Amino acid sequence: MNIHEFQAKELFDRYGVATPAGKVATTPEAAADAARAIPGKVVVKAQIHAGGRGKGTFTNGFEGGVHLCDTAEQAGEIAANMLGQTLVTHQTGPEGKLVRQVLVAKAVDIASEFYLAVLMDRATERPVVVASPEGGVDIEEVAASRPEAITREPVDPLLGLQPFQARKIAAGLGLPSDKIAAAAKLILSLHELFASCDCSMVEINPLVLTTEGEVLALDAKFNFDDNALYRHPEIAALRDPEEEDPREVEASKFHLNYIGLDGDIACMVNGAGLAMATMDIIKHFGGEPANFLDVGGGASEDQVTQAFRILTEDPNVKAILVNIFGGIMKCDVIAQGIINAAKSIQLKVPLVVRLEGTNVEQGRDLLAASGLDIIAADDLADAAAKVVKAA
Amino acid sequence: MSVLVNSDTRLLVQGITGKSGSFHSSACRKYGTNIVAGVTPGRGGELFEAAVPVFDTVGEAVHQTGANATMIFVPPPFAADSILEAADAGIPLIVAITEGIPVRDMMRVKAALQGRDVTLIGPNCPGIITPEQCKIGIMPGYIHKPGRIGVISRSGTLTYEAVWQLSSRGHGQSTCIGIGGDPIHGLTHRQAAELFTADPDTDAFILIGEIGGSEEEEAAAWIKDHCDKPVAAFIAGATAPPGRRMGHAGAIVAGGKGTAEAKIEAMREAGIAVAATPAEMAETLLKQLP
Repeated sequence: MNIHEFQAKELFDRYGVATPAGKVATTPEAAADAARAIPGKVVVKAQIHAGGRGKGTFTNGFEGGVHLCDTAEQAGEIAANMLGQTLVTHQTGPEGKLVRQVLVAKAVDIASEFYLAVLMDRATERPVVVASPEGGVDIEEVAASRPEAITREPVDPLLGLQPFQARKIAAGLGLPSDKIAAAAKLILSLHELFASCDCSMVEINPLVLTTEGEVLALDAKFNFDDNALYRHPEIAALRDPEEEDPREVEASKFHLNYIGLDGDIACMVNGAGLAMATMDIIKHFGGEPANFLDVGGGASEDQVTQAFRILTEDPNVKAILVNIFGGIMKCDVIAQGIINAAKSIQLKVPLVVRLEGTNVEQGRDLLAASGLDIIAADDLADAAAKVVKAA
Repeated sequence: MSVLVNSDTRLLVQGITGKSGSFHSSACRKYGTNIVAGVTPGRGGELFEAAVPVFDTVGEAVHQTGANATMIFVPPPFAADSILEAADAGIPLIVAITEGIPVRDMMRVKAALQGRDVTLIGPNCPGIITPEQCKIGIMPGYIHKPGRIGVISRSGTLTYEAVWQLSSRGHGQSTCIGIGGDPIHGLTHRQAAELFTADPDTDAFILIGEIGGSEEEEAAAWIKDHCDKPVAAFIAGATAPPGRRMGHAGAIVAGGKGTAEAKIEAMREAGIAVAATPAEMAETLLKQLP
């Protein structure tokens, strides 16, 4: 789950991670008011999840999703050009994203930029604080070209981050002595936020030292552990379905695990590993998967019907592959779901079905007796070859 | 022989009275697993299927029945506590089936289990089975046949696929272990490979990995130096887009790490035969057999 920049700022404020003063606005008037309350220049930033906002273009022709403003009136005018408009960046795709909020924040003069992140490291099974004096640039590039410029401080899973570690990280960034205490406080607060909110990653890029001597987080990226959202309703509420693939939002209503892709062969599989492997084998036979869809270990007939409906609503889909290895899930239940769905939504594309496992004979009999035009497959390779040919 | 479980396994089920717990306990008993006790706090004194005593605590259950393995079906918010309770009671093998445990909980559990003589399998896994001896988990028992091939996997249904391919070609399994799809979990690919390498009744094994993390690479490096048995592998997720969690919490390519390409390369480097497609997992291994 991703969150907006203004939401990240609110989380930072709550945990004491210092950021430039600022406020979110949904109207030009509110943006101007917010700017008036901030001394000096402000930055107006369009709020969408995708990156590359500064270099983006609105579909109304307005250039740039991030603007520096000298006056409150100017901030209001800029906000008027952004709000209700669609911003296209290299990450949004050509359709762009609708801007419904802008963040108005104090503009700061940057003396130096750093990189700071806390993330859950699977290999060592503990959080690690990653820091670099090379901030404001792509950290992957720094990791590749100058790995010695990145430090990694492991966090004890039971003790948490200790103050001496925070000071060590701050000193390692090359901050002046009189700024180490402020930076260490920010690092400890960031870890506290990471731990308290069950984040899998919080990244600040850049962390800056201003010419006025403040240490501030200028931008943030969050990832949360989806498994832990049940105990953080306030964070789950930050989810913005408008920013997500509508097919994925629809699937999540029925507890289906769906990820939209760009290909033309839809697939419906039980189990995440087998679903990935099914995508792989479609590709191996020269096709392109239109989605990842795991209906889970014990899907009901209704879930199968809904899954089928979502697959067939994608206009790119030219053929469908159903691959089920019945364990807990019974093949006859799957078959009945397919029959129900195919009857209620007139199926216009070829359907290849491969069933194996529990109650496979009943499942195959049901499909054969249904009168539906189904291409039966003997095994995984046969199924993939047939669906690629049909598409 | 076999690995970790056999006909001497005396199984306890934590969460035996819940919906999934009771369904799968019933299926395991039908398969022939010796379930000696169940635990559901507040339900002590009841009998499951008029035969298996239910206790309030794991300690009491172990004391009364001599259980030496546990299968956990407790819901995610309480599952970490259940694993710690089982370890505290001295159970040497803990199989956590529960899907959806927060990573932070598992991090603390793993830290707490450090240095203790306990094997944790899972969570978010199908379990472990030694065919016709002991089934602990949610896998369909009938697809398995007793034999001399080991199977290690992060995924459930993909494991069934491999087992089915083996069984339908007349090759049975010594033991099949589903290690689970979560980023922080118990038994690793490498540890499972060590067990099969040491097991005199396992001739060869299949290792099924997926994108995310670096366990497959670690297993490959170990196999290269220590294992003379034929090994075949398949890595799922070559076509998965980076940055997206593919169903399993652990199946994600993040920051360019954990790609299928890197894992396949590590496997080949170690002399492991890598199946080009999931349809060829068994064939790829069988070709290596003398």
